[in-house]
Amino acid sequence: MSGESFEQVAMPYFERLYNFACWLTHDREEAEDLVQETYFKALKGFSSFQPGTNFRAWIFRILRNAFLTSRTGLKATATVQLDLEGEDESLFAVKETPESMMLQRLDGDLVQRALQELPVAYREVLLLCEVEEMSYQEISTTLGIPMGTVMSRLSRARRALRAGVQTLQLQKPQEAGARG
Amino acid sequence: MSGENIDRENIDRENKGCEMWMEKLDSYVDGELPAADERGLVEHLESCSACAAESLKKVQLKRAVHAAGMRFVPDSAFRARVQAKIAARQPFRWNRLWLPMLATAMVLVIAGAVSLNLSRNRRGEERLVSELADLHVATLASVNPVDVVSTDRHTVKPWFAGKIPFTFNLPELQDTPFVLVGGKVSYLNQSPGAELIFRVRQHQISAFIFQERAVSSGRTGDVQNELSFNVRSWSQNGLRYFVIGDASGQDLDKLRDLLKGVG
Repeated sequence: MSGESFEQVAMPYFERLYNFACWLTHDREEAEDLVQETYFKALKGFSSFQPGTNFRAWIFRILRNAFLTSRTGLKATATVQLDLEGEDESLFAVKETPESMMLQRLDGDLVQRALQELPVAYREVLLLCEVEEMSYQEISTTLGIPMGTVMSRLSRARRALRAGVQTLQLQKPQEAGARG
Repeated sequence: MSGENIDRENIDRENKGCEMWMEKLDSYVDGELPAADERGLVEHLESCSACAAESLKKVQLKRAVHAAGMRFVPDSAFRARVQAKIAARQPFRWNRLWLPMLATAMVLVIAGAVSLNLSRNRRGEERLVSELADLHVATLASVNPVDVVSTDRHTVKPWFAGKIPFTFNLPELQDTPFVLVGGKVSYLNQSPGAELIFRVRQHQISAFIFQERAVSSGRTGDVQNELSFNVRSWSQNGLRYFVIGDASGQDLDKLRDLLKGVG
């Protein structure tokens, strides 16, 4: 990496960072500001970046920290407890019914909506794991939390997402009925 | 102990076993389970339909999130904007890149200045080539050789919009030995034009593009000047192109053909 310029190293992550920023902010303009800020901060700190360490985790961490200190980020973390490790699990209990035990094809739109409604701490850990396909170690570096916390947060995030999808699945026939 | 009690104990034992494996399912579907645990879990999944179904659900959800999560795509104008800004803001590394060239270039500048004195009485086309050689050498000697630093033609070309009174096309350089380094506005006979810097192996080549009327004198064709720079020039669509550098004549011919192809 030592011979490569910042542009060569950082630009391949542009689309990924933008997608992540949109999921965090729920606003394209804010996401653009966030990505731009991330690139400027990363460029400024690039001379101190240790070659051989994980650039992807480093630049995602910059973006995530910039988000947390942004107005939207502060609002998101002020209204929702960031550290959800002590969360009451019953909040996201998946109530299995004979129907839900059947493996259903998951509607992409429902998954997107459920993901969007998750608390930011769950949303980000899921995106890093499932979309970015980061290892637990990389997620730990990106979010600045221990590996054990990554695992427990992921598990809770998945439960919460399933519960969210189920709720939306139940609402869907009613919505369709109301439209009809 | 009644038969009923024995059955209940077996069920409890099985449930406890499932509980233990269920906790490991997330790590399993994420490919993060240690090999020893994985073997045990796979064996358990073969005999436990509840855990197997749960595992399948987790995989299904994982795939669904993967597909649903890659949702937002930035527009190319935004990408180009950020890329241009970061290119303009990275002078530190850029300087380091050009430092080794600086000493050589300084020698060439001095040689260029001497050559300028000697060439006072040259004919028009020779003066033109000499002037372009000086511009090329001055670029090599500059601490900031280009104003837009990018290997991306889609960044370099739009950067000139509004800065020069014409537009031009840049060729795709993939699968060629040339690398676009960047560009800047240059002046010839008080007229603005584009100077594009290309690299081919260790050589730098400047490609100048001016409006035809800015270059009233000078013939097109192949020239070699006193500084041993090779020059290729041609006219196309009201524009005058020059490529100049210490690269071989063949390299200059190739670059000329690439530029001509899109001009």
